[in-house]
Amino acid sequence: MEPFQTLTAVAAPLGQSNINTDQIFPARMIKKPRTVGYAQFTFHDLRRDDRGELRSDFSLNQTRYDKAGVLIAGINFGCGSSREGAVYTLLDSGFRVLIAPSFGDIFAANCLKNGLLTIVLPEAKVADLREAISTAPDPRLTIDLEAETITRASGETLAFLPEPFQKHCLLNGLNEIDLSLAFHKEIGAFEAAHRARLPWLAPRQR
Amino acid sequence: MVQQSAKTIFDKIWDSHVVTRRDDGESLIYIDRLLLQENSFHAFDKIRRENRRVRNPGQAFAFADHYVPTTDRTRGLDAIKDPEIRNMVELIESDSRAHDIALFGLGDVRQGILHVVGPEQGITQPGLVIAGADSHTSTHGALGAYAFGIGSSEVAHVLAVQGLWRVRPKTMLIDVIDTLPPGTTAKDLILAIIGSIGAGGAVGHVIEYAGPGIRGLSVEERMTVCNMSIEAGARAGLVSPDDKVFDYIKGRPYAPREDDWDKALAYWRALPSDPGAAYDRRVEITAAEVAPMVTWGTSPDQSAPVTGRVPDPTEECDPENRRRMERSLAYMDLRPRQELRSVTINRAFIGSCTNSRIEDLRAAAAVVQGRQARVPAMVVPGSGLIKLQAEEEGLHEIFLAAGFEWREPGCSMCVAINGDSLKPGERCASTSNRNFEGRQGRGGRTHLMSPAMAAAAAVSGHLCDVRDLLAEE
Repeated sequence: MEPFQTLTAVAAPLGQSNINTDQIFPARMIKKPRTVGYAQFTFHDLRRDDRGELRSDFSLNQTRYDKAGVLIAGINFGCGSSREGAVYTLLDSGFRVLIAPSFGDIFAANCLKNGLLTIVLPEAKVADLREAISTAPDPRLTIDLEAETITRASGETLAFLPEPFQKHCLLNGLNEIDLSLAFHKEIGAFEAAHRARLPWLAPRQR
Repeated sequence: MVQQSAKTIFDKIWDSHVVTRRDDGESLIYIDRLLLQENSFHAFDKIRRENRRVRNPGQAFAFADHYVPTTDRTRGLDAIKDPEIRNMVELIESDSRAHDIALFGLGDVRQGILHVVGPEQGITQPGLVIAGADSHTSTHGALGAYAFGIGSSEVAHVLAVQGLWRVRPKTMLIDVIDTLPPGTTAKDLILAIIGSIGAGGAVGHVIEYAGPGIRGLSVEERMTVCNMSIEAGARAGLVSPDDKVFDYIKGRPYAPREDDWDKALAYWRALPSDPGAAYDRRVEITAAEVAPMVTWGTSPDQSAPVTGRVPDPTEECDPENRRRMERSLAYMDLRPRQELRSVTINRAFIGSCTNSRIEDLRAAAAVVQGRQARVPAMVVPGSGLIKLQAEEEGLHEIFLAAGFEWREPGCSMCVAINGDSLKPGERCASTSNRNFEGRQGRGGRTHLMSPAMAAAAAVSGHLCDVRDLLAEE
């Protein structure tokens, strides 16, 4: 996983609440290997109409958000299916930070595993930030994970509070499986005791 | 000395699965069972790329369900024309074979939807922690397991580690008082619950469903309720197990064997939440007030009793919610205040991990018997064994005589990635779990409802109150 320390990038507003993973990455795209490049699928059916033309009323289609690396989303962003393609497609499109009042639980966990930083802020603050970005001459934000700050081009700064483990993994670009396997003795001891206590749980001979 | 205090079933399962705790508050939770499906190919890719060993292949189970065809099974994989779809089914077969993981694949009579087959085979048991490569893994909570969906990276993590790092989630008690009135079902109850707490109402929580309205439900009905926990934002939903659950499990292929049965039973009987246990949130739902429900929007929380009308966004005070309603109505091509029973449909789908079990098929067949489908309608049983049982009971003859299609098991038109899908503009009465824009096919319009209600809509050609049809008899 690529480490994340600081990022200065264009932020794009997406105000709708309950954006689900089908909207981020339609189910019919899941069967494509990631090597085809998932950027072409990001928000596909929101972004394009039935004829494949870009919809003028979808905020991310405005040229000022072409190079967006930050998304300012609505409540419960990423609800629905557990498909991790929803995270891959955002990464492949250049997003590294998502800011929202809340995220779908499975989606947020998937983001963390792939180096996509999710920032939770109170609804009013997210709305203010979205409004400010939509009207600002320079829609860029700087996110500093170590300092836990979001800074607008105008210089105004907001604080955020990452989960300590999320912060640690992202700052260092750690592979979580390696971290976890460092506990192999604890896992082995737990497993042996667990199976002895609940003998019917042990895997069947096949 | 710590005082013994009342615990919830979730507390008991969690506390018995903590391998280790870190200072930052995260715990490594032991995972007893891992459920895989075709989309797990990203996880197997990661295992190969990082050269990992699968720790306990015997604790993982793989299912071909999302991409399998629901027609002609005689030619196996060759029947799948689309090479990308065929590749998905081939991958889960080859990956599970390579790692010695049990597979419920195409051509196996036990094959079916992972959340139907898991309980049916006795893989799902009380007190287990079950992680599944699908958000509807919450279904398994109906048997008193802590079961939740995960993405591909965490699937790879479980394959290698047999555990997952978690911050302890909050708990929410949904206390269902009274019992469901005649003509209403578990699907109506869960749609009413989601409508009441919202699509994000339980984010960060594990829901425990309790009360007379839940105890009165069969195990299969409880699965329908727990299945849609994720539609309220909860990764997991569960029910304290009782004799109905123990009777359900006994004798199933992966159930505890005779010599272990009494030990398992004693353990299971100690799992239910203690009286006076504390929850972070409590919600009360009155089952007696639940009516047959249909969704009118593009989120599972946008529902109403079928006897009602499409809501009027101009009456909504919250501007964001008003925009959301307007957008839903535009997509669904519905007018504010339109009578729901006047909405005509083009298709009906009876199936999915929410509603494809034998009791669901019986309920639909009871409505269909002696009537004719007015629109193309399909029934997709949840597993090969359910299909066989339905055929033994003659249910398939009722459906076929009424002009319904009788299909092979799989996820089919719930997620619409196996080739079964709506055409743009088609409106479907569906027993599935998500009415998202494009979920059943790009431009398709989904109304979620119970199997009896979908059957009633199919034979009427429009949304209707199944109680009216049943009263005619």
